[in-house]
Amino acid sequence: MTRISVRVDGASYDDDVEPRTLLVHYLREQLGKVGTVVGCDTSNCGACTVHLDGEAVKSCTVFAVQADGAEVTTIEGVGQDGLHPVQKAFHEMHGLQCGYCTPGMIMASIDLLGENPDPSDDEVREGIEGNLCRCTGYQNIVRAVRHAAAEMRGDGSGPPTDGHAAPAQVDTAAAPHVVGQA
Amino acid sequence: MIPAPFEYARPTTVDEALQAIAEGGEDVKVLAGGQSLIPVMRLRLAAPETVVDLGRVTELRGVREEDDAIVVGAMTTHSDVLADPLIAQYAPLVAEATATVADRQVRHRGTFGGALVHADPAGDLPAVALALDAEFVIAGPQGRRTVPAADFFVDYLTTAVEEGELLVEVRLPKLAGSWGMHYEKFNRVAQAWSIVAVAAAVRREDGHIAEARIGLTNMGPTPLRARAVEQALAGAEATQEAVAAAASHAAEGTDPSSDLNAQADYRQHLVTVLTRRAVSTAAGL
Repeated sequence: MTRISVRVDGASYDDDVEPRTLLVHYLREQLGKVGTVVGCDTSNCGACTVHLDGEAVKSCTVFAVQADGAEVTTIEGVGQDGLHPVQKAFHEMHGLQCGYCTPGMIMASIDLLGENPDPSDDEVREGIEGNLCRCTGYQNIVRAVRHAAAEMRGDGSGPPTDGHAAPAQVDTAAAPHVVGQA
Repeated sequence: MIPAPFEYARPTTVDEALQAIAEGGEDVKVLAGGQSLIPVMRLRLAAPETVVDLGRVTELRGVREEDDAIVVGAMTTHSDVLADPLIAQYAPLVAEATATVADRQVRHRGTFGGALVHADPAGDLPAVALALDAEFVIAGPQGRRTVPAADFFVDYLTTAVEEGELLVEVRLPKLAGSWGMHYEKFNRVAQAWSIVAVAAAVRREDGHIAEARIGLTNMGPTPLRARAVEQALAGAEATQEAVAAAASHAAEGTDPSSDLNAQADYRQHLVTVLTRRAVSTAAGL
């Protein structure tokens, strides 16, 4: 066992961990920070993204011992005074369906907006390319990130420049039974 | 999956690291950013007895200028490479290729030296290092030695770094004269490996191509130089036609694999197309 000292979401922890313990398992199983989820477990999907000393990382691909002395922020720590603007934007723009990818999407998006406060649609798509949504809800995710960007720049009263002020409208023309049910 | 148990060493200097490697037993793995090693350990394709973590060896981080070269510390992360002014000024090809590596999260952890020592044929940086005639400084129990890029990549996932040794830094010669550079990468989906990619550095002089250096990604078990193309370009007119004629030689001497992404003959076709595009862009055509 190796002794580590980590700050997670503003609290300090001293723990013994096996060197092979992955950061995501330390967060979830030893600290109970289950807001961070394990998706693919192969470094692809980004669901487990957290910030390590301010940088987005895939916590399934970092050993807990590598976080010794570091500051970790999880989805549980981003909105300590209410929701973070990116969380709020994902809510308002319906940037999720099942929600499993959402913690990682939000952590990656916050990281992107720290570097680029006004990304285009393409820049958002490239910026969060390390995060997969299997509900294929990317349209509203991109809108949410741009909406959050506008809020965080302080000009959030109006829509983003391309007019995406609302979630995508669902075209039900091809599925009249959906309308019927509604 | 969870990796098999291992002994963990966290040195703070290169000398301590070499000592930890020497004392680590039969199967020692060096952990740089871990973005290739940890997945391999999770799949238990690797189960080293000892892992030597270079994360605290601060002397291995950063980029500096040294006479006619810039020197990149092996533990410099891809993100740091992308933000570095010396790289931007003297080796923009490195920055361009690095920007295509995996995704933001992986680039925050993954390192320049780690990607080169891992020597994956589909990795982007080996072909760039080869095209730029980089030199690799390797530390071992007997001291340091310098290996040219042409001798560094030995075989599939195998480099000139021997057991007990450590890649310390990579010297990238500043290219004299007016060079244009471009990295042309072909893949199909986000964060995917290169199916084929081409790294080109071209020096133009009086409407001609005076010199070209071309590295190929994923066209064999190691990165390759497209020597036949380089020879055809030397002294050629800087026109699309001349570049296309030269690029038609790009598959000569290559030995690509066939896999789920592409058959070998498709890769050999693709490399001629990508070489034409890479050289044209590098030459400003």
